[in-house]
Amino acid sequence: MTMNKKTEQKIAFALFRLLGLLVAGILFWILGFIIYNGIGVISWEFLTTAPTEGMTAGGIFPAIAGTLCLVAGSVALAFPVGVMSAVYMNEYAGNNWMVRFIRVMTNNLGSIPSIVFGLFGMTLFVNTLGFGDSILAGSCTLGLLVLPLIIRTTEEALKAIPGSFRTGSLALGASKLQTIRKVVLPMAFPNIVTGLILSVGRVSGETAPILFTVAAYFLPKLPDSLFSQVMALPYHLYVIATSGTDIEASRPIAYGTALVLIVIVLLMNLLAATLRKLK
Amino acid sequence: MKRLRLITERLAEAALALSGSVSSLAILLIIVFLFREGLGLFGSSSVEKGYALCVHSSNPVEQLTPQQVKQIFDRELTDWREAGGRQGEIVPFRFDELFSLYSEEELGEDGELLAQRLGEVIARTPDVIAFVPEEYLPRGNRAVKVLPAEKISPSAFFGGREWLPTATPAPQFGVLPLIMGTVWVSLFAILIALPLGLGVAIYMSELAGARIRKLLKPTIELLAGIPSVVYGFFGLAVLAPLIRETLHLPVGETAFAGSLILAIMALPTIITIAEDAMRRTPLAMREASLALGATPWQTIYRVVVPCASSGIMAAVVLGTGRAVGETMAVLMVTGNAAVMPHSLFQPVRAIPATIAAELGEAPAGGAHYQSLFLLGCILFAITMLISVSAEYISGKNSGKEI
Repeated sequence: MTMNKKTEQKIAFALFRLLGLLVAGILFWILGFIIYNGIGVISWEFLTTAPTEGMTAGGIFPAIAGTLCLVAGSVALAFPVGVMSAVYMNEYAGNNWMVRFIRVMTNNLGSIPSIVFGLFGMTLFVNTLGFGDSILAGSCTLGLLVLPLIIRTTEEALKAIPGSFRTGSLALGASKLQTIRKVVLPMAFPNIVTGLILSVGRVSGETAPILFTVAAYFLPKLPDSLFSQVMALPYHLYVIATSGTDIEASRPIAYGTALVLIVIVLLMNLLAATLRKLK
Repeated sequence: MKRLRLITERLAEAALALSGSVSSLAILLIIVFLFREGLGLFGSSSVEKGYALCVHSSNPVEQLTPQQVKQIFDRELTDWREAGGRQGEIVPFRFDELFSLYSEEELGEDGELLAQRLGEVIARTPDVIAFVPEEYLPRGNRAVKVLPAEKISPSAFFGGREWLPTATPAPQFGVLPLIMGTVWVSLFAILIALPLGLGVAIYMSELAGARIRKLLKPTIELLAGIPSVVYGFFGLAVLAPLIRETLHLPVGETAFAGSLILAIMALPTIITIAEDAMRRTPLAMREASLALGATPWQTIYRVVVPCASSGIMAAVVLGTGRAVGETMAVLMVTGNAAVMPHSLFQPVRAIPATIAAELGEAPAGGAHYQSLFLLGCILFAITMLISVSAEYISGKNSGKEI
């Protein structure tokens, strides 16, 4: 052996420490860059007014409102379906081929690239069902996208409830449905909500699925129905970063938009982490 | 009362079962809709819809491939001999040239003489090839021969080296440059991310104390949570200029920039899964190795890593899946030139980015639109394959537990 095995270990471990630092460094580089450049742009006016002068000035209010609509719409669709799906898999069906099949399918759905959801949403919701470019079409598409995430987190939450609670409830004469409603779901609630929060973070950042189902390039008014188009934060960032009327002039707006997006994601992650700790 | 309760129970169970089937149904629908639109491409004509190509009836050429048509109108193919005809310089003629040849009166007030004039042009130019709207075809004219439009074939699609979906008169749908773009960008992303991710996973599972781990874990989760469009923006605003200046390239938006961003994006997936796999190595195995006199480092690379190898494989496969399907970040930083890549330091275009960039402009139902759906099908098939193989690999892993 040419190298002492102690020295070898020292070198290897130092390298791994360095790599750990590097990964943390990358995150702080990205966050720092966006916060440093974006913080000066954020103001009450920036958050509450519409873009002006070819999106080189003004605020991003319509984009924030649009993203809120999409988050609300997609979660309202996906959350009940996801939770019910998980309840069925964990409480009703035993560990048979059906459940294994559903689990594999859910995993597969989760691994489909977001642009494929965009294509699918465009043919099914926009064209075949005739929703047009609308909040409804966008919400359906985004809802499908986060469904696997909601199912997975809910299933884990349900699995964490000890079986004795279920048998105890059943022994007291409660029916299965009553047990689920009154015992299992309330106990699993904090963890289920964690999944909900994570999916809010995910939906607010997705761009590819909304490109062809809902996103408007520039629409400085609030939506008036489920069938109106809206602007959305991630699409707005993409537009002003790559194809705005004056890319240099709209850079500050892009930093501001990126910061708002990052803050939403950070907040959601933080909220989920706190909820997990509370349990 | 009791009956009512029983009915509610049954109804609830049915509703729950129905919800359970939604994800399977969604996949089924995705397959049906994607492939229905995408496979339509192979039935459609390689010449733009509503248009036709015609030549002089004395011309012996009966059929031209889409590639030949494109070369003729690009003036790359100039002699009929090269297209299987007799000698003579090809005269490409586009419909709008008619308006510079004839005055408004000669063409008729409502264009009713357009077809007739077109027939005249073709009749007096034996080596002409004209690209005209079908409604203005001089049908009765004996001097005019309409070339049958060739159907787009799977071999032209999968083997074609040119992606020019908006070229007239013959758009080219060769998917090879896009596939190669995706392969290059994802491959190098994984080559960068694998050693990095593996190192961090080893650090987190074997070396770091509980406190550092508690700090590093949420950091990595955050890295996974940042929206891809923000990564794209970061790549555009920071990485691309950095690459351009340090490597003295004409543009910074290259395959290399895409690989770097994708590597960062694939890191959380690789780290999390590889770390989980390493943590599952039984304590007994580590202790046995240490008792035999191995150092902790030797234990790691001789015992822990081999034992977690299938988990690490799954991590790589899933990281690749993330990289292959990533759209926005790649769209924003790779420069989007649909050419066969020759080096890492030139702009390339990946499959998802192509769909995102072009679908907005492709008329619904046209060949371009269908070709983009077919790209979606390819992407879908690749990610399904990746997802299933990752499941197979980690399934093997869980069976190995002691």
